[in-house]
Amino acid sequence: MSDLSRAQTFDEFMEGIWRQNPVFVMVLGMCPTLAVTVSAMNALSMGLATAFVLVCSCGLVSLMRNIVPKEVRIATYIVIIATFVTVVDYVIQAVSLAVYDALGAFIQLIVVNCIILGRAEAHASKNPPITAMVNALGMSLGFVIGLLALGTVREVLGAGTLFGVSLFGANFQPWVVMVLPPGGFIVLGGWLLLFSALKRRKEARLAAQEGGHGA
Amino acid sequence: MAPESLGQIFLAAVLANNFVLAMFLGLCPFLGVSARLDTAFPMGVATTFVMLVASLCAFGLNLLLTMFQLEFLRLISYIVVIASAVQLVEMFLKKTSPALFRALGIYLPLITTNCAVLGVALFQTAREYSFAQAMVFSFGGGSGFTLALVLMASVRERLQLSNVPGVVQGTALSLMLAGLLSMAFMGFAGLGG
Repeated sequence: MSDLSRAQTFDEFMEGIWRQNPVFVMVLGMCPTLAVTVSAMNALSMGLATAFVLVCSCGLVSLMRNIVPKEVRIATYIVIIATFVTVVDYVIQAVSLAVYDALGAFIQLIVVNCIILGRAEAHASKNPPITAMVNALGMSLGFVIGLLALGTVREVLGAGTLFGVSLFGANFQPWVVMVLPPGGFIVLGGWLLLFSALKRRKEARLAAQEGGHGA
Repeated sequence: MAPESLGQIFLAAVLANNFVLAMFLGLCPFLGVSARLDTAFPMGVATTFVMLVASLCAFGLNLLLTMFQLEFLRLISYIVVIASAVQLVEMFLKKTSPALFRALGIYLPLITTNCAVLGVALFQTAREYSFAQAMVFSFGGGSGFTLALVLMASVRERLQLSNVPGVVQGTALSLMLAGLLSMAFMGFAGLGG
């Protein structure tokens, strides 16, 4: 592999983690993001399940991109995704019933996660399998990071624990609203606020630099 | 599952377990289409209609699949049924109200990937609702979705007139708003069982 194409592959990979992070930048796949992130453990298992579905279905969609007629492509993608979700659903049930109960219907709802269909349509249907899967892997990592960012904050504030380990001792008064539905909206809003503040500061700095050059 | 009265199911689906604000289903259209009141309401009605159709088909399909012991095909068949129902609504709207069709834009086909619709089908199966219960549940869910969408759109329309600091504008603001609305809806907890 030449240097150029390796750099490109790396770019594809990083795109999902940072510049196009599905949770913080594109604000896609909100439903599972908010619903299952009451604890870090849930967030991680949901992230991994989604990652598996995303990578496998992007690979398959990409392999079939020249065979599937344009008119029925969305339906084909959905059936492919639903197949992998069914697999994940049964695997999680077999591996850990506790996780399965905690995530509930949201495992099956991975089917309608906009990230997956979005990636299949926008990227995998136009690129060869390796590129598509690398891109999907980056996206899934970005998604896992986003879920963890939410899950850890909510678990620490709302229950005083991290991955089930108590952090503050018995005197901690849990901020219960954080593990209830409103907490999900508010924590995600807070993260987005932080990123938009950082972005504005960077822009202001760039503008100041350019102003300095001009003077 | 304890037998629940139809009224209880309806109230729970609209208020206490509101699909958007308590169960986090259908957030994409909730954040995407809720900028203006005159698109929010039709979107809610269209989604409710799709939910009813989906719930109806899902009920029949589930009977059929259980009969042949093909439960593992449930998810795939549900999603195909929902996709066709959305196609139907799309064609209907295009014919009867092209202006509305254009206003809803990309969000109309996206009802297919609206978790609320699939959620209705999956929940009614998981809770083993009877036919009448399932219909009431899906109608309640749809009404709850419409209610949340309309509330959100009204608040956001008012917000356009106020002076919001630039850094909060956009999705962050919508999410904070949704958080507040969701807190208000927590007041209904326990209503309808």
